[in-house]
Amino acid sequence: MSAQLHHHAKPAPVGGPLVNAVTLTAGVLVLVMAVILLVRFVFGLGSVTDMNDGYPWGIWIVIDVMVGSAFACGGFSVAMLVYIFNKGEYHPLVRPALLASLFGYTLAGVGVVFDLGRYWNVWNMYWPWSVNLNSVMFEVAICITLYIVVMWIEFSPVVMEKFGLNSLKRKLGKYMFFIIALGTLLPMMHQSSLGTMWVVLGEQVHPLWQTPMVPLLFLLTAIIMGYAVVLFESCVASSAYRRSIEMHLLTPMAKVMLGVLAAYLVVRVGDLVMRGAFGTAFSLSLETFMFWLEMACFVAPFFIIGTEVQRRNPARLFIGGILLMLAGSILRINGYLIGYNTGGGYQYFPSVTEIMVTVGMFAVEVLGYIIITRRFPVLPRESAHA
Amino acid sequence: MSASIFDLEREGLDAVESRLHISRREFLQFCATVAATLGLPAGAEAAVAEAVESAKRPSVIWLHFQECTGCSESLLRAEHPTLEKLILDVISLDYHETLMVAAGHQAEAARKAAMAANKGKYVLVIEGAIPTRENGIYCKVGGQTAIELTKECAADAAAVIAIGSCASWGGMPSTVPSIDGADSSPTGSAGVAQILGKPVVTIPGCPPNPYNFLATVVHFLTFGSLPAVDKLGRPLFAYGRLIHENCERRAHFDAGRFAMQFGDEGHRKGYCLYKLGCKGPETYANCPSIGFGDAGENNWPVGCGHPCIGCTEQGIGFTKPIHGMAKMLNVAPPLQYPRIDETIGKGSNFASAAALAAIAGAAAGGAAMLARNLGLSHQAAEQEKSKDAQPKAEA
Repeated sequence: MSAQLHHHAKPAPVGGPLVNAVTLTAGVLVLVMAVILLVRFVFGLGSVTDMNDGYPWGIWIVIDVMVGSAFACGGFSVAMLVYIFNKGEYHPLVRPALLASLFGYTLAGVGVVFDLGRYWNVWNMYWPWSVNLNSVMFEVAICITLYIVVMWIEFSPVVMEKFGLNSLKRKLGKYMFFIIALGTLLPMMHQSSLGTMWVVLGEQVHPLWQTPMVPLLFLLTAIIMGYAVVLFESCVASSAYRRSIEMHLLTPMAKVMLGVLAAYLVVRVGDLVMRGAFGTAFSLSLETFMFWLEMACFVAPFFIIGTEVQRRNPARLFIGGILLMLAGSILRINGYLIGYNTGGGYQYFPSVTEIMVTVGMFAVEVLGYIIITRRFPVLPRESAHA
Repeated sequence: MSASIFDLEREGLDAVESRLHISRREFLQFCATVAATLGLPAGAEAAVAEAVESAKRPSVIWLHFQECTGCSESLLRAEHPTLEKLILDVISLDYHETLMVAAGHQAEAARKAAMAANKGKYVLVIEGAIPTRENGIYCKVGGQTAIELTKECAADAAAVIAIGSCASWGGMPSTVPSIDGADSSPTGSAGVAQILGKPVVTIPGCPPNPYNFLATVVHFLTFGSLPAVDKLGRPLFAYGRLIHENCERRAHFDAGRFAMQFGDEGHRKGYCLYKLGCKGPETYANCPSIGFGDAGENNWPVGCGHPCIGCTEQGIGFTKPIHGMAKMLNVAPPLQYPRIDETIGKGSNFASAAALAAIAGAAAGGAAMLARNLGLSHQAAEQEKSKDAQPKAEA
């Protein structure tokens, strides 16, 4: 593989204290979440959420699972770049991106269980005699589960390095090409299926979002958000750990990202025009406001990191990354909550306890990322002069 | 038990037809009803029919003490056309003060004769509470006190059944405000079990459902024993469950829809009567299941719009104020069960909107700070670069 031909600094633990203001804050948020979840698992969903028959999912599914798993596409997007398009120079980005993906997906999988009314029946999903092969939900569930396992295997060399299991790592290395191939295939399947689910919802979804193209839109935005998360994560990590930023990698990667973004916008706008749904975007409502906000977030990066000079500025890359993460998130929230109306006067707004669980989930990711990067060889070793 | 209820050619059936002056259809309906009330398995109605047909009518001695005869009335005044015939035919009612023709010493002689002839085989039914104050002088029949009569008749009885709330624990006569600090009635009314000092089968109710009494007697007739009872002597087939559990208005309770006063909209719509003082949640009886008075579905107090007064339950009926709130013995369904009145969502409130705004604000602020720092360090790096570049260019 060409990845080995490039000379990169080997990954190494960042080191430093595990207890600081950030980890303590995250810890408290995780504890709050644990208490709320205890209530939820004992007394049911109605005791802590504002979900109802009209809105059978709330932010736990739309943000923790839909948005969370899209944020977690960094690993997939970078792996695709490195292994499929053979751009070995991006290799140092793989491990941190994979770590973020690992957390994002594992938590998305766990987050689904929070939202299952009768969570004790979840084993039926994997019980061969209970499966429903015609279900989009089943495809998503099985695919995400498989992908989580695949990612843990992809990430396992990090753990093996840490504990000195080098022979095992070498053995695994022989089969890694297959695991990595699977790891790029699976997200393509379920990220598009996450979109298919709203195709299934039919007219309950506003025409600005209800389109048979949704699976493609979800896949493209998942890839875009994957790169955006890597930009975001690199900037935050360098800032927090006072490291230099891998600008020589991020700048060209941002260009790749803009290419995918352009493709997305062509599909998105083309679809709206073809379906004749674009006209509905000009009335005055919450839905149209959110639509324009979503589109603005998708288009703005062209003005912020459109030129090569702009892409060399980490502040601009950071803002561009945030805007695209926001854009993809708003797209998902729009289709699944704001532009979703089952009629009958049902309404939904997340309760404080629901919000605190979602916050807690992000806190788990932050906490886990800090602990693992400080103790396991994930980020590239910092050279002395940098 | 080998008999089939569909074996319509057997002799006994013809005999019962002529004896009771009822059609075979009506007779078999009765047997099936009783078997169902008892909660007996399919096929038991045949055994019941056979037992009733064979007409080994057990002798019944029926004593009346402190009571209103409502229990007897409920048996006799049932709308079911042939019920009174069956009552009087299924059992040999040898002594019943309000129904028998005989009077005075003649009546007492009939009782003594029946007791002697059926020694150890007759069924003793007691209706009404038994006064205990002043050696029970407040109720005498033929010169004997209720206490004496109870003990005398119970001595050789095959079974003792206390019918109605009064005989069960003292009922209404025992329930008065405490006098002289003692919490008992002026006459010290007590139930049969207290007088005999041993448990008896009780059929409480004011009045009790006639089918619960008949089913108990038919059970004795069919199987030679009395049905299984709870710790208060009440047959489990009739008093095994709370009224609240089988109430047709239960869904309204679970959904939180209550009649708040008589005649209000909720009351007219048939909502739950809990807040009007219904004692269903703490009273064991099968009223909602079998109804009352053979007048069809929903013909029982709660079905008619009046809260249950808890007449089958000592300490509740006649004791608690009729419109006082009941204590929940086994409460609302668990929260895990789906609700009946699904909420349609509350929308945003101040707390959740504020929480979201705070998180968005914190995230935006953090991002802005980070971007500013990144921008500043980039600027510094650029300046450094240009400084490095300048000397080179000069050189």
